[in-house]
Amino acid sequence: MEFVTQLGANVTGGLAYIGSLAELGGKAAYYTFIAPFHGKAVRVQRAVSQALDVGVRALPILSLITFFIGLILALQSAYELKKFGAISFVASAVAISMTRELGPLITAIVVIGRSGSAFAAEIGTMKVTEEIDALETMAINPIHFLVTPKFLAMIVMLPCLTIWANFMGILGGALFGVAQADFTFTRYIQASVDALFLRDIISGLVKSIMFGMTITAVGCHEGLVTGAGPEQVGRSTTRAVVMSIFLVVVVDLIFTAIFFFVSGQ
Amino acid sequence: MAGSTEESSLPETMISLRDLRVSYGTREILHGVSFDVMRGETMVILGGSGSGKSTLLRTLVGLEKPSSGQIILSGKDIATVSTEDMDAIRRKLGMSFQGSALFGSMTVGENVALPLREHTKLEDSTIEIMLRLKLEQVGLAGFEDYKPSELSGGMKKRAAVARALAMDPEILFFDEPSAGLDPIIAAGIDQLILELKRAFRMTIIVVTHELASAFLIADRMVLIDKGNVVAIGTVDEMKNSKQPRLRQFLDRVAEPEVEREMDYLQMLTKQPGRGRGTPAKRSA
Repeated sequence: MEFVTQLGANVTGGLAYIGSLAELGGKAAYYTFIAPFHGKAVRVQRAVSQALDVGVRALPILSLITFFIGLILALQSAYELKKFGAISFVASAVAISMTRELGPLITAIVVIGRSGSAFAAEIGTMKVTEEIDALETMAINPIHFLVTPKFLAMIVMLPCLTIWANFMGILGGALFGVAQADFTFTRYIQASVDALFLRDIISGLVKSIMFGMTITAVGCHEGLVTGAGPEQVGRSTTRAVVMSIFLVVVVDLIFTAIFFFVSGQ
Repeated sequence: MAGSTEESSLPETMISLRDLRVSYGTREILHGVSFDVMRGETMVILGGSGSGKSTLLRTLVGLEKPSSGQIILSGKDIATVSTEDMDAIRRKLGMSFQGSALFGSMTVGENVALPLREHTKLEDSTIEIMLRLKLEQVGLAGFEDYKPSELSGGMKKRAAVARALAMDPEILFFDEPSAGLDPIIAAGIDQLILELKRAFRMTIIVVTHELASAFLIADRMVLIDKGNVVAIGTVDEMKNSKQPRLRQFLDRVAEPEVEREMDYLQMLTKQPGRGRGTPAKRSA
């Protein structure tokens, strides 16, 4: 009986959490897309500086990681493909798994580590030092002021980073292709391009936008619910990272399933 | 002001609290607080740690929702107003937080100018002038390009006051204005409050437990204890009052040992987890 009660409590707790994320995401989306038509402009300058932070500054580490992931993918698939004498399929294996899955996912995880955690820490610190309260007493909506620029930066930068990640992954695969599988560089790239359909790339980008929303909502929510005291900021940051990774995987699963059943792919 | 008349003979009520109750979860913090604050007066809310005085202040500026009762401010009950109306009321309020709550990522100037940039369509040059004026008022002229982290505690407090003054509020709230400041700097902040009172006839509400400062700046005082109004009156009335709890507070008498043990026992038996600490130590 106690187990059932506990399970029930966990389920309602989980649903309430998703609900508050949806509420925050919904408000941020309202302030990004609808409020500007009612005279409440988005703070473009803040959004641009967030975009620099979230996007541009993530490029070096993201490039390195996805290059290696592409190389690993090539090595792993070659191990199996070699048995069938089909090593030339390495290019398509890498291209498809990068664009459909690993490009968006690895990008999201890098962004969670760099920016999701930073959102929670920044907003959590502001909460602890009463800066969020100060915003409210000045009749400035904290969501409009703090969350919206991050939201906008994330949904623009995550797809951009994902495209870059896809490209770097394919380059990583090309290193193996040229060194071990008798490809020339141009032939490898050509083989990758031939293997890809537009829907592979689009489905990855749609997912990356969803990941961006999820990461912003979790990071900012965890910051806003930070309790009193500096040690709570650390806890919020940790929770933001763990919950973001979990929810990004859940969102990934949902959208992959939708794409699978809708397009039969 | 809507709902109130501009009669010179009668003091006009600025804020009116009626049977205000505030709860955190199931725990009620304020058990029916009622009093009025008149236009142009400085009201000091006194109380020990955990008395509910900070909760009272947070409720007055709309950061906490009362569970019942009324707060009539500008002729509107802020316990029930819509978000838009509350935002309109908030523009008439200025709040100086205990820890200043300046935005660390912005300069002092940007902090003070923020409400103006958000709520007015003033030209940058006008905002610049108003910003200098506000900083001048609090004695921080020339500090607009400093980051809050580069200021001392007293200067941060002053910058926070300048930000609270930015929109020319009708009511100014202070949460523990002298907390964490040395006596000389704290006296400077008291002087600043007195100047604001004299120069602008502003209604000022100060939450504090610093008696010296309270007696200096207050027109009237109210003592909050365990979520109830224990005493209210002018400075002289308070000084001469025989109310036992007020006397204990003003004469700085520690809680009797027995009560402390009772509290401790209660803490152990009734409230699992964290209790309210030892009130005797804090008020001593």
